[in-house]
Amino acid sequence: MKTTSGKPSGNSRAVGREVLDSITPGQQVVKIVHDRLVELMGGVSAPTLKLAKQLPASLMLVGLQGCGKTTTAAKLAHHLIQQGKRVYLVPADVYRPAAIDQLKILAGQIGAGVFDSKSTDDPVKICADALGEARRSGFDVMIMDTAGRLHIDEEMMEELRRIKAVINPSEILLLADAMTGQDAVVVATKFNESLEIDGVILTKMDGDARGGAALSLRAVTGKPIKFVGVGEKIDALEIFYPDRMATRILGMGDILGLVEKAQAAMDLGQAQALEKKLRKDEFTLQDFRDQLTQMKKMGSLSEILGMMPGFGKMKAMKNMEVDDRELTRTAAIIDSMTIKERRNPLLIDGQRRKRIARGSGTSVQDINRLLKNYAEMRKMMKKMMSKEGAKAFRRGQFPF
Amino acid sequence: MAGEEKKGSNLFERLKKGLSKTRKSMVKSIDEMIFGEKVIERDIFEEIEETLIAADVGAAFTQDLIDDMREIAKRQDLNNPEILRKILRDNIAFILKKSEAPLDIPKDGLFTIMVVGVNGTGKTTTIGKMAMGFKDQGYSVMLAAADTFRAAAIEQLDVWSQRCGVPMIRQQMGADPSAVVFDALHAARAKKTDILIIDTAGRLHTKVNLMEELKKVKRIMGRELPGAPHEVLLVLDATTGQNALAQARMFGDEVGVTGIVLTKLDGTAKGGIIIRIARELHTPIRYIGIGEAPDDLRVFKSIEYTDALFE
Ligand SMILES: Nc1nc2c(ncn2[C@@H]2O[C@H](COP(=O)(O)OP(=O)(O)OP(=O)(O)O)[C@@H](O)[C@H]2O)c(=O)[nH]1
Ligand SMILES: Nc1nc2c(ncn2[C@@H]2O[C@H](COP(=O)(O)OP(=O)(O)O)[C@@H](O)[C@H]2O)c(=O)[nH]1
Ligand SMILES: [Mg+2]
Ligand SMILES: [Mg+2]
Repeated sequence: MKTTSGKPSGNSRAVGREVLDSITPGQQVVKIVHDRLVELMGGVSAPTLKLAKQLPASLMLVGLQGCGKTTTAAKLAHHLIQQGKRVYLVPADVYRPAAIDQLKILAGQIGAGVFDSKSTDDPVKICADALGEARRSGFDVMIMDTAGRLHIDEEMMEELRRIKAVINPSEILLLADAMTGQDAVVVATKFNESLEIDGVILTKMDGDARGGAALSLRAVTGKPIKFVGVGEKIDALEIFYPDRMATRILGMGDILGLVEKAQAAMDLGQAQALEKKLRKDEFTLQDFRDQLTQMKKMGSLSEILGMMPGFGKMKAMKNMEVDDRELTRTAAIIDSMTIKERRNPLLIDGQRRKRIARGSGTSVQDINRLLKNYAEMRKMMKKMMSKEGAKAFRRGQFPF
Repeated sequence: MAGEEKKGSNLFERLKKGLSKTRKSMVKSIDEMIFGEKVIERDIFEEIEETLIAADVGAAFTQDLIDDMREIAKRQDLNNPEILRKILRDNIAFILKKSEAPLDIPKDGLFTIMVVGVNGTGKTTTIGKMAMGFKDQGYSVMLAAADTFRAAAIEQLDVWSQRCGVPMIRQQMGADPSAVVFDALHAARAKKTDILIIDTAGRLHTKVNLMEELKKVKRIMGRELPGAPHEVLLVLDATTGQNALAQARMFGDEVGVTGIVLTKLDGTAKGGIIIRIARELHTPIRYIGIGEAPDDLRVFKSIEYTDALFE
């Protein structure tokens, strides 16, 4: 993925030096968030395809309309052919006009075999017949391109279950468009409940979509994202790397270098101290202040977290998109607090709020808002760090 | 829209269940502890927020809408949840109302529509549905197969042209789309066609060369027929999240979008980003797509849409 090559620009290199000099808790938090995302997306790349020993192995591609199934069927075939496999493409979309032609043309372009489906045939029968044909002709892998369908279309979902029952595919892969919004949760849940998918392919990653859907997909299905589609051409398919994806989701193309440097420079003890702090819920207003400074560098965080299931509503995030004035004001407010207050905001009653407002040249409403943001942030960090939070994520329940 | 509304409520039920339980208790305790805020008030704001975010309205924009609502509520000292909800609905309906502008096709002369959008949003299908609708209304219609890139895109449009019984102008796969459009314009004029609809290949708004190709098609049209294209229709998929705003902006800047179609509203996605698009770009929303059949296209109605959003 081109977006993540992440050579720090001259500018961020300068910032990088600052990072080396002093790594604030806020910056460590960025790194922790990054690592957390990587973990949420499975940590390491998934072993690509599990093909059955018994030939032919079979792959079944499923998903909503227009998500890229047919194109990806051809891309996967091409990928396997390059590994020396004999591949058979099976057009099982008899509904969309010319869908069969589309796959036949693509098969011709890459030199794959293709079953001669007719749009008047039943998709289940097409797949069953194709399997027999693939066996007779000695193909190694057959790839079934099913019609796009809505997850709430019971009749059409039943068709997929019947294909699954007849073929018993080595892998059922859910295809999803990287631009998908909140609906990804519902779609992935339904397809997974219905078919018990084996993995996900995220398409159209060549655009500017952050790809936050990757988090939802992984979270609700618990299944690995195996490939990403990065273009319309037949070779535009890549293996999915959680760390690159996390970087992309965080929109830190140029911050990546920074994080890596922070990672290299951060002494382990320091990082662990912060983690412990967060775990024990000791994230103070002082830490919050450092964090704000860091957030400013990655102003896009709100949009990103907005895409994560359950995070969307973190109000604090919105207010994290601080402009310089806001930042100065926040710093002034926190600076006007006593050390005790910074450690324990519960102390800050009405009287104290008035005093802090006077001291920082702000209003009591400003203080209220800041404390609220802080509470939200602290809550989020705590949830994010808890074992329970991670587990809930995996089960597809969102603790926020 | 009837079927869609029914299904939509399932989504929100589920989401509500899935998202709110644990959260509520936490939020309550912390807020009550620190701010002693009224719990009832908190709950409807939260609920509305969830609804909007699940509908892809976007986190920041949702917050703006809720802030507006709070403001009005505070000014008028309201705390009845029903009234608060109505304030928000009215605000959204008001924003969308301004974009409620059905496509108005003059009865005289050739009217040309160029259909654009990212890959797989439903351009070709929408063209088929429009052709069917226009023909039923008594217009003569012609199609131009200017997606010469995607495998069998021409064949796909051809099926629709036969379904609707309207002619289609084509060249071979790989041909220059501008050349197809050139042919089509001349054919449409010669046959005194009322409406010419041009199918273009899906392209991501970030691909400079492909956007240039589209600009060229548009230029050729204007050169051959002053005023053409009369409508540049951007097809957006309701399943798309916040990226749809970038699509609307970029296609708007590059080829001057004059109307939007929001497709796939028969699913559980609500396409709420359209509200922000309406507010920021003021692009007219012409139609919504609610299925794959020829009659699954509806004129966009702001009230209908707003109601569906809160179902
Ligand atoms: N459920 C549903 N499916 C739709 C709707 N509109 C289009 N589709 C389906 O979405 C898929 C893609 O539609 P197309 O019309 O081929 O989309 P396109 O934008 O022309 O695609 P490309 O030319 O490949 O970029 C097809 O399977 C259509 O049947 C709709 O309103 N609802
Ligand atoms: N830019 C881009 N376009 C893609 C990608 N994968 C598929 N497409 C395009 O998306 C559209 C729909 O793809 P198709 O394979 O027909 O989807 P299906 O309806 O799920 O079978 C086509 O225009 C494809 O060229 C991708 O990774 N990047
Ligand atoms: Mg297909
Ligand atoms: Mg098309």
